[in-house]
Parts: sequence; C-alpha cells; structure tokens
Amino acid sequence: MNVRVIKPGMLTTIQDRGRWGLQSRGVPVAGPMDPVSHRLANALVGNDVDAATLEITLLGPELEFEAERVVAVAGAEFEMTLDNRPVPMHAPFIVSAESRFRFGARRRGVRAYLAIAGGIAIPPTLGSRSTHLISAMGGVDGRALKAGDRLPIGDPSRGRRSAIALSESVVPLPDHHARIRVLPGPQADYFTADALDLLQSRLYVIGQNSDRMGFRLDGPRLTHARGADIISDATPLGVLQVPASGQPILLMADRQTSGGYPKIATVISADISVAGQLGPGDTIEFAVCEPREAMAALIAQERALMAIELPEP
Amino acid sequence: MKDANRWRIVPAGDSALVVEFEERIDPIVNARTVAFADAVQAANISGVRDVVPSFRSVAVYFDPLRTPYDRLVAKLEEEAARPIADATINRDPIRIPVCYGGDFGPDLSHVAAFAKMSEADVVRVHTSATYRVFMVGFVAGFAYMGIVDQRIAMPRHSTPRVRVPLGTVGIAGVQTGIYPAETPGGWQLIGRTPVKPFDAARAEPFLMKAGDAVQFYAIERSEFGSLKSEV
Repeated sequence: MNVRVIKPGMLTTIQDRGRWGLQSRGVPVAGPMDPVSHRLANALVGNDVDAATLEITLLGPELEFEAERVVAVAGAEFEMTLDNRPVPMHAPFIVSAESRFRFGARRRGVRAYLAIAGGIAIPPTLGSRSTHLISAMGGVDGRALKAGDRLPIGDPSRGRRSAIALSESVVPLPDHHARIRVLPGPQADYFTADALDLLQSRLYVIGQNSDRMGFRLDGPRLTHARGADIISDATPLGVLQVPASGQPILLMADRQTSGGYPKIATVISADISVAGQLGPGDTIEFAVCEPREAMAALIAQERALMAIELPEP
Repeated sequence: MKDANRWRIVPAGDSALVVEFEERIDPIVNARTVAFADAVQAANISGVRDVVPSFRSVAVYFDPLRTPYDRLVAKLEEEAARPIADATINRDPIRIPVCYGGDFGPDLSHVAAFAKMSEADVVRVHTSATYRVFMVGFVAGFAYMGIVDQRIAMPRHSTPRVRVPLGTVGIAGVQTGIYPAETPGGWQLIGRTPVKPFDAARAEPFLMKAGDAVQFYAIERSEFGSLKSEV
C-alpha cells in the first residue's frame, strides 16, 4: 500500500526518532523538530514509537491513499480536509481508499506531524528513516518530498489505537513567541560573568536563514571571556553556541555532531518541542532554570504522552 | 587542568554529560579520551543513547527518564579516574592511497611555497608520518587526523571553497583529513583518494574511527581509476 504525493507542501520530510548511536562517526541525529508532537501523532494511530511520520512545515501537502488507513495529525494547527470535508487535529480518523487528504490554512505553530497506521516503510539508512537534508541521508533520497513520490506504508500493528481525541496538543503551541528554559553550560565559563543575565535580558529574534539545522538569533550580544574558539567537541540538541559575532545559534535536529564555538547554555528537553514550533521572525525569551524544574517539566510531559500511548482498558 | 590526571564532568542540559580531560590537542590526552569512551560504551548502561568522543572530551547522551543517573555518574567517575593510557595504537595503520597535486590537489603548490620546499618533498613529508584519528565529526566519516609536520602545517583558507569534491585530502594547520562527501571546505587541498571514507551502502560504512592510525601513500593518476573500482 502506498500514499501518493500530489502536492509536496513547502518542506515535508520523513522523520522517525532520529539516527542515534553514530555521532561518534560524524553522523547527525536528525529526527523531528517537535519530538513530542511526532510521538503524539504515532500514539493516536497506535504506531510503535519508532515509526516514521511526515514532518510538515508551514504549508502542508496534498496526498492520495491507495488503501484505507487510520491517520492522525499533531503539532502545528492546520485546517485539513478529506475529500473536501473538514477533519480534526489531534484525533485519529479514517482515510478511505482513493480519497484525497489536503492541508489548508495554518493557524498556529510551524510544524505538524502526520502519522499513518503502519508507519512510512521506506528502507532505513544506518538504522533510521529520518531525513537529513544537508547530507542527503534517509527519507526519500535524502530530500524533501516532491510531487509524484510514492510512500510505502507498513502493515498496521495489532496494538489498539487510542480512543482519545485531544482538545489540544501536548505541546503548548507558541503564537510567534515562546519562553524557552535553559540550563547553563557546557561552556558558560567561557563567557563574561554577565552573559547569562544578558541572554535573559531581552528577546531574541529568529533569523531568516534558520532551518532544521539551527536558529540564528538576533538579540543581546554575548561576550566571550576566553576567545570564540574551543577545541571542537560534541554539539547536543538545543545547545546555544556562540561564534565570534556574539549572536547565539540554537542548534536543532539537523545539527552537525561537533563544533568549535563555546556553548553558553542548553535548552531543557521539555522545551525542545516548543522551540521546534517556532520559525524565522518569531521571538524567544530565554530563562535560566534549575535542573529540578527541567526534570519536573519533562516528567509532566511524559505523563501526558503515556496517558495517550497506554489508554485505560 | 595541568595535572594529566585531572578531569571534570560538565552537564550539557538535562540529557547529556560531558567529561572533559586536559584542554589541548595531544595524542596521549586523546588516547585517554577514546579509551574512556570505549569503556563507557561497553558498560552498556540502560538509557544511554550515544557516547561521542572528541579531541579531549566525551559527550554521553542519555534519556533522563530512563537512565539510572547515579549509576551513570559513578561509572563516569570510575572510568575517568583510571590511570592514563599511553598513546600507543595497537591496531595496524589503515593505508590510504592518494594521488597528489594537479587538479586533485589545487593547493599543493601553495603548501610547497609555504613550506619552502618542492611539491615532491611536501608529498614525502605528508606520507612519511603515521597519523592518529583524533575524532570523527563535521559530516559522516570525516576524520580529524594529526599531527602534521610543522613545516607543511599551512593554515586553512580565510574564505572556504564552496565545493570540495569527495575524497579530497586536505591540510589545516597540524590537522589532515579526507572529505567524505562533497561539501564546502576551507582546508588546503593537496590530493585525492579513490577510497571512500564513508559509504552508507557498504557492509562497514565507516573507514575510520577515533583512535585509529592512518598512513597515506602516493599513487599515480593512472592508478586512481583502477583502485577506485576495487573499493
């Protein structure tokens, strides 16, 4: 069974949880920009957590299904129609054979995740189906979808899909602005003592040349205390690296595995998905928090997801 | 951290710990870094998602909700405190054929001028050393190797080239490396190898890993094509 791409949308890529375990060989992780909504979409159709979904950016695709499947869309709020009849976000619904599924106007957020029961079953590359655009790895020939692509869909698992229709996403969808919490480090000591205060003092604007690799930020300039070069080391998801310009770059899903700029702070795991719902021109207010707050937020998020993944019998 | 035995653990957010050793590019520090990363990987602690060594530090990525944090930290402390390994490389060197100069190595003449020696001598100096793979990063399969002889250790270009072909061998200061894919790049390009450092379709996709030893040897242009078909 295949899904046929009639219109690809602006930037639609295949993503699973990412290509973990090979960063020591220089292989970037990739994976969803909003991992919570990706996981939620899979849960709503009863997919395994490892299943691949479509990450839809700003302008959604138009798709035709060869056979009936249960689907769900989570993340950024779009108007969607199935043969011109509206269908809801954050709830499973059936797409019948030969019917057209279209994305329309976007109301809030930047990226939505379309999960199809059975998952997108393209052959994995190095253990993952995630598309890494810069290195042209994974997905369909390592690129965004284009018209005419046929996506093979796996057989739906016997696991029950969720009966839950959510009133809204697990991720609080930002309206062009978000407060993002960070923990200092790993190289906060490479900056002047006031740098963390400066980081929190005013809004940062996400630059136009921002993408799945990272967000170039424009805001208070941070000053290095020990130069803008370090011996290259690993670059985690959500880290704020600061080149000589003093303007931080927030590293996202498609980041390289290593880099040579000092890194002042790292976005907490629970706020990665909110950041993933921002785009060029949107603003970020950074707030330094305690590790305890980071863990509490992550546990709350996990509870919300598990309630959907493991519905009461 | 002047004492070679000193190390520290620095958090990078809530789902990574970075273990830092001495802040310098040095074979002994790197040997310790790689041995530490191997030991942490071998400990197979549940929840650990990736162990990533670089020149002098190791990032340990983990799922904070599914990792026994105290056990992880105890293991990192135990392994970091082990006496320094020496920089001896037990594995045989990986031998890599390189066709130097011409359009494969457009910067060979610049490196020769920088080193005040002939192009043939630059090749001789570059092929006479055994290099250590300090880390793999930047793109899949890109190995940062050193230490290049000071005489030919020309700094990188101030403006990177937009396109460097796959297999190009370059120098950047005391580092040398092979571009495993066509990417932009600022290194001094001295030759090209028909061997692919990375091929996702190959049984072993990666030619090199951190801690490996590498030697280059010069080949003729006429040998380039035939070697390519063998690998």
